[in-house]
Amino acid sequence: MNFLSIFVLIPSLMLLGLWAARNIKQIRAVMVTGASLLMVMAVMLAYLYVRARSAGDTSQMLFTSSMEWYKPLNICYAVGVDGISVVMLLLSAVIVFTGVFASWKMKLQTKEFFLWFSLLSMGVFGFFISIDLFTMFMFYEIALIPMYLLIGIWGTGRKEYSAMKLTLMLMGASAFLLMGILGIFFGAGGTTMNILEIAKLHIPIELQRIFFPITFLGFGVLGALFPFHTWSPDGHASAPTAVSMLHAGVLMKLGGYGCFRVAMYLMPEAATELSWIFLILTGISVVYGAFSACVQTDLKYINAYSSVSHCGLVLFAILMMTHTASTGAVLQMLSHGLITALFFALIGMIYGRTHTRDVRELRGLMKIMPFLSVGYVIAGFANLGLPGFSGFIAEMTIFVGSFENTDTFHRVWTIIATTSIVITAVYILRLVGRIIYGEVENKEYLSLTDATWDERLSVIVLVAAVAGLGCFPLWFSSIIGESTLPVITQLMSH
Amino acid sequence: MEQYSITLLVLLLPLAAFLFLGLFGNRFKPLTAGLIATIEMAATTVIAYFTAFKYFTSDRLADGTFATCIPFDHVWLPFGKTLTFNMGILLDPISVMMLIVITTVSLMVHVYSLGYMKGEKGFQRYFAFLSLFTMSMLGLVVATNIFQMYLFWELVGVSSYLLIGFYYTKPSAIAASKKAFIVTRFADLGFLIGILIYGYYVGSYSFEYSVHIKAIAAAGTVIPLALGLMIIGGAGKSAMFPFHLWLPDAMEGPTPVSALIHAATMVVAGVYLIARLFPLFIGYAPDVLHIAGYVGAFTALFAAVIACVQTDIKRVLAFSTISQIGFMIVALGVSTSTDPHHGGLGYMASMFHLFTHAMFKALLFLGAGAVIHAVHSNEMKDMGGLRKYMRVTHFTFLIACLAIAGIPPFSGFFSKDEILVATFMFSPVMGYLMTFIAGLTAFYMFRLYYNIFWAKPCELKAGHDGHVHTPHEAPAVMTVPLVILAALTCVVGYIVPFGKFISSDGSAYHIHIDLKVAVTSIVVAVIGIGIARVMYRGASRKIADGLERNFGLLYRAAVKRFYIDEIYQFITHKIIFALISKPVAWFDRHVVDAFFDGLAWIAHVAAAKIKGLQSGNVQSYAVVFLWGIIAIMAALLFITFGVFWLL
Repeated sequence: MNFLSIFVLIPSLMLLGLWAARNIKQIRAVMVTGASLLMVMAVMLAYLYVRARSAGDTSQMLFTSSMEWYKPLNICYAVGVDGISVVMLLLSAVIVFTGVFASWKMKLQTKEFFLWFSLLSMGVFGFFISIDLFTMFMFYEIALIPMYLLIGIWGTGRKEYSAMKLTLMLMGASAFLLMGILGIFFGAGGTTMNILEIAKLHIPIELQRIFFPITFLGFGVLGALFPFHTWSPDGHASAPTAVSMLHAGVLMKLGGYGCFRVAMYLMPEAATELSWIFLILTGISVVYGAFSACVQTDLKYINAYSSVSHCGLVLFAILMMTHTASTGAVLQMLSHGLITALFFALIGMIYGRTHTRDVRELRGLMKIMPFLSVGYVIAGFANLGLPGFSGFIAEMTIFVGSFENTDTFHRVWTIIATTSIVITAVYILRLVGRIIYGEVENKEYLSLTDATWDERLSVIVLVAAVAGLGCFPLWFSSIIGESTLPVITQLMSH
Repeated sequence: MEQYSITLLVLLLPLAAFLFLGLFGNRFKPLTAGLIATIEMAATTVIAYFTAFKYFTSDRLADGTFATCIPFDHVWLPFGKTLTFNMGILLDPISVMMLIVITTVSLMVHVYSLGYMKGEKGFQRYFAFLSLFTMSMLGLVVATNIFQMYLFWELVGVSSYLLIGFYYTKPSAIAASKKAFIVTRFADLGFLIGILIYGYYVGSYSFEYSVHIKAIAAAGTVIPLALGLMIIGGAGKSAMFPFHLWLPDAMEGPTPVSALIHAATMVVAGVYLIARLFPLFIGYAPDVLHIAGYVGAFTALFAAVIACVQTDIKRVLAFSTISQIGFMIVALGVSTSTDPHHGGLGYMASMFHLFTHAMFKALLFLGAGAVIHAVHSNEMKDMGGLRKYMRVTHFTFLIACLAIAGIPPFSGFFSKDEILVATFMFSPVMGYLMTFIAGLTAFYMFRLYYNIFWAKPCELKAGHDGHVHTPHEAPAVMTVPLVILAALTCVVGYIVPFGKFISSDGSAYHIHIDLKVAVTSIVVAVIGIGIARVMYRGASRKIADGLERNFGLLYRAAVKRFYIDEIYQFITHKIIFALISKPVAWFDRHVVDAFFDGLAWIAHVAAAKIKGLQSGNVQSYAVVFLWGIIAIMAALLFITFGVFWLL
């Protein structure tokens, strides 16, 4: 069996294990073992990948294998990874691992919660290893459905409404996606669903013009493309901590990944022609999200709008269609995934103690829970792109890459997008100044305790990942850079 | 290059201290943590001096300049194939000089803080941040390329933010730290865009211009634009008008921090940036350089006027810093060539003033810290007559005041004289303006001095315990740094032949005093001091009060700092929040989101209406069936005959 399938196998085994588990201890044991195994496997994959590359393997995807699944439509279970998928798998493994610890004290229907959580992870991992359009779509849907239940049952606030909204909007997007995939499949002659093979074929430009926007939109909704981002604030605000982490940290990245890997790569001509429409939308996302975040009063809403802004930057960079910018886009996916997961984890932990996320009520947290507060300040700094954290390298790569696109239209939008770094500083510092600093106002908070060991573990792993990526970007940047090149070559050759 | 490997430690030691104290600081007693940081800083200082000694005693090149050494330069983050973000160490006369300045002042501040911060909560955190700052600042000055400089530039920004907000429960400190960060970050946006433009057209971020000379020449017209944008970043950090407003508020931080960051080192980063880019300015964008000079001159005047009326002693010093940085920028701005004998003197003068200013301004702040420590207030009205109680502080403060006023033989005189000479060469009008500002400087510094140490004797207040506390001299750990800095202020002006090491083209330049300029400036300074003495030495404030009444409008405007802070408030609160963010957020909830909710609602309502069709009622099915047949028949008839009819 192919090595990559292990990433789907482990979550399936976790499902079985959970099914058999009798008490909370066993459930936790299953989750910790599974999540740790996933992490080990992701690291091992990265190691094997780099070894194969340095041994001189220059094929676009490594560890490929294809198994026929449904002959009439030429659907295969086809897997393979390049640098982009490797880092995305690493990201997913880290977030699943920390997510497990962030929901350590989950009381309500623990078993069912983790069942859906594992299914969600399976969808995410499956998506990143797939190179067959249909398999990819299937895993995407697998990741989507558990979200509805996870938010609807374990959420907070207007959870049913939010769950419904999130699911419906993303389902609507996946209808577009299905159309796009079928368009690509038949446009390329209806002989294969394999991305690598379709890339070699040529889809007629008339079809590209129709299906590029459809596909891009389908993935774009998941990447919080303006004006289809409204599921994100409500959805994230209502979701339980670990689900917010996984959703904002990984699931939103499926959007950027798909836009790049499917929409841009397979329909390069239409992408070159029509990217300006989406560039305007993503440019708006970047600034609009940042401005909206300035006046929100719920911690999770602030973070959700911040995600709109930062994920907007991912799509923005992809649409710049330069090698450096697309490398930056992948770095930004990685960076935003880690940072936002850290944020949601901390918000969840703070909420678990104070039972409010309203910034007007929180004050002086540094005095009560120094560990969580310091973590929050670090997350804030990382979010506003401070050097030493991953946000800086991602944003700088994006901006440098965007500048390589010299026409006035792209320049103007690049400069507009750069202003977001100032607005980000405004809302982050306002928030930190409001809730972390100052004197404790609510006397009841004085009895609250700082993070427990499981929370600490989750925060430390994420902070270490964010700082590690920010201090030593060379390795990531080069393995991503060599993998974004084929897509850019494809785009440039038309 | 091998011989400078050890210089890497000047970055690694403070970094290690920061990480160590940041992670484990609370496991130690406060004093132990402080000592760890101070000893580490002493080691860093020794290495910096060692580097400087080796660098300046090494052989000069054939053209009389010191070789630029790059002992380290590694790719940190590649942008595509050729453009890379490197990290390394670059040693040339100005970066080595900055190493000396930063480590010296930082060491003094570390030692001083052991006394000043004693008993404060968060002592360990304080020293961790100081180490972080020192590391960032050193990284900034030894940067081999503009992007590395930007990286450390942001890091000094954040260490400044953390230290201004050190007393994080105090609302004014929180606001000040936020303001400092946001104002400078806004300016940094210009810096970043400048870097992006420069990097794209030149294809490298490196400071080794000679290697990329062709690409720079080819880039031609965008270079002035790129440099102009970069200067905005410099203006932000160096608190030039209109970005000056964060610096006075930054005084909310502990006083030693103000001495280190907001007087001696970080705020001169903008000056250093211009000096770093000096060959580019002279070669491609002299006009941009001159504009910077005019802005510097305006800022120097503007800040000096405000400094004359402030009553918080730290704010007086803050405005004085802004004004003095204006002097340095003016000196660079009036340069017209790289030849120190013909129009390039300003470069040397600026670096010289940076050097001397760092020493005496740190001394002034540390002295002010000792005073504040003694009287527990920043306000002049709570002080007076302190010379009797604090002899060391008084004496060292006086030396620093004389230095900044430009009285020989103290260091400030020499460097300010060079600036004036350079300015007079450029334009006599500007020369006289700067001389006048120098006079104002002498006036407001001695207004400060007399108000603190002379004037009415300080009212002795009873403390909480009922005892009357007389102000007392600071402990030795605080006064020793004062004495060392005072000694340096006395000697650096004429013992160190500054021009021999640093000049605009790198060759040795012999500083000589221009008698005419020197005499004028001394006379003006003495007049300034004289006026201050008449107005503020005695216990009566008749003249001062009279002036305040007669120039009421100007006085009030100056006290209010010409309402620039109100404009800032207006922009952030009224424009960014009320005019953009709130409507955007409203639009998002009530238009975009409502649209999708509306879609869902339509689907819902439509479903509710349609569901009636499947009632299970056979009669109604039959009716629909009948109407359907009629409709189809009609359509068929219309198609068949209608078409003929049309024909």
